[in-house]
Amino acid sequence: METLSWRRRSTNHLMLSLLFLGGVLAAVPFFFISWYVLQKGLGVLSFEFFTQTPVGPGQTGGGMANAIVGSGVMLALASVLGIPWGMAAGIYLSEYGRGKTAAALRFSIDLLTSVPSIVVGIFIYGVVVIHFGFSAYAGAMALAVIMLPIVARSTEEILKLTPQHIREAGLALGLPRWRVILRIVVPGSRAALLTGVMLALARVAGETAPLLFTALGNQFFARSLSEPTASLPVQIYNSAKSGYADMEALAWGGALVLVFFVFIINLLTRWLMGMKWN
Amino acid sequence: MELIAVKKLEAWFGVFQALKDINLSIQENEVVALIGPSGCGKSTFVRCLNRLHEEVPGARVAGEVWLDGRNIYAPGVDPVGVRRGVGMVFQKPNPFPGMSIYENVAVGLRLGGVSKRTVLDEKVEQALVRAALWGEVKEILKRPGTSLSGGQQQRLCIARALAVEPPVILMDEPTSALDPISTAKIEELIQELKTKVTVVIVTHNMQQAARVSDKTAFFLLGELVEYGATEEIFTRPAQEATERYITGRFG
Repeated sequence: METLSWRRRSTNHLMLSLLFLGGVLAAVPFFFISWYVLQKGLGVLSFEFFTQTPVGPGQTGGGMANAIVGSGVMLALASVLGIPWGMAAGIYLSEYGRGKTAAALRFSIDLLTSVPSIVVGIFIYGVVVIHFGFSAYAGAMALAVIMLPIVARSTEEILKLTPQHIREAGLALGLPRWRVILRIVVPGSRAALLTGVMLALARVAGETAPLLFTALGNQFFARSLSEPTASLPVQIYNSAKSGYADMEALAWGGALVLVFFVFIINLLTRWLMGMKWN
Repeated sequence: MELIAVKKLEAWFGVFQALKDINLSIQENEVVALIGPSGCGKSTFVRCLNRLHEEVPGARVAGEVWLDGRNIYAPGVDPVGVRRGVGMVFQKPNPFPGMSIYENVAVGLRLGGVSKRTVLDEKVEQALVRAALWGEVKEILKRPGTSLSGGQQQRLCIARALAVEPPVILMDEPTSALDPISTAKIEELIQELKTKVTVVIVTHNMQQAARVSDKTAFFLLGELVEYGATEEIFTRPAQEATERYITGRFG
């Protein structure tokens, strides 16, 4: 008896240690990437980095201001397109989505999530860019298509958490169903909905492939939304493969800014989720 | 005066018939208690009085419900319009999430087209006073409705229903999720409401039915077994099933 319980306890300890190790190992890449990007990129960040456009090969200095602005503009445009579209789909699926049509739609949206982002880029290239040229609009469209299924499914899942009797209370008050949804169910989940939206934004902020064929990139500030536009991921990609040490350094700076941006979004999300009125 | 007349009311969930041939009449300013074992159809019955039953997928209703001289199931009647004239309080307190105490009460008024701040303020206060909640919340109207205690939340829901001044209030086991003190407050409240509105209350609590109601209806397996003055039902029930249920010898 004594030995058996000793063996059982030591096996238990061993297994728990292995599981703990598994957990630690899963976090290793994150810390390693953060440390590496920080180490390589922090020295590059300067006032110049945030205010200047890139300089030509072989020259020193320059920055990524155009890429930061371009990313910001395209993310904003993509949000304007993708968030209402995705939310409308999510609201439909949660509130009216019954039967075969809804199941088919839900399945299509899930499949859209798994379409490789480069394919989305090629699609927008074929449909939009061929006719209108490279532009911030085209880039934003590609990003919006990637955001769409994420926003739709998170909206659906979040709205489904609202208890049925809350909807009934709205109906019983004499609100038509659409008003119950838009005045009570959606505002009641606003913090959680915002979380879903921000995660979608964080997801597309780092997308490179769909922007290569759509926004293309630009060494300067774009003068309008219908011109080729720089973005952080594409500029990182171009600078990193340039072969010039100064440009590679700028790429690390850009990487750090991107990681930091996504990190902030995640922190904001955590904070929103913890809010009382959620 | 007769306010509600139910004639040959039947209700289904898919193929399951939840209510069979219900006929019943309710007078103005009465409190009517609906009692009966779980699944007997009493909740379905109240949900037929504001056309909420049909919102459940697969649910269906037949028959007539006359409310204030109008058959709410007549063809062409808009259920949304019907519901504006009938208040409802649910089993679980359900203030609207993310909405302040004030907004919870005001939402029905705004829907009715009231937008003047002074009028809203006045009506919200009136409703909260009538729901015996004003004293507890007048300083904290901007806080979320969900921050209140369970009993206060339920009184907030009553205020929300009262704000639009409906002639009828339906209550579906309004105190089953509350502690005895909150329950007593709500029972007291029902007595006060009676002077102005008609209350139909579903309850599992026999003492509650006896305390608050003027008339009691006993439902069993989707049928209305007995309906009469509460005193009669609890002292001299005509049906044996009623007697067995109220004396707790039911099986």
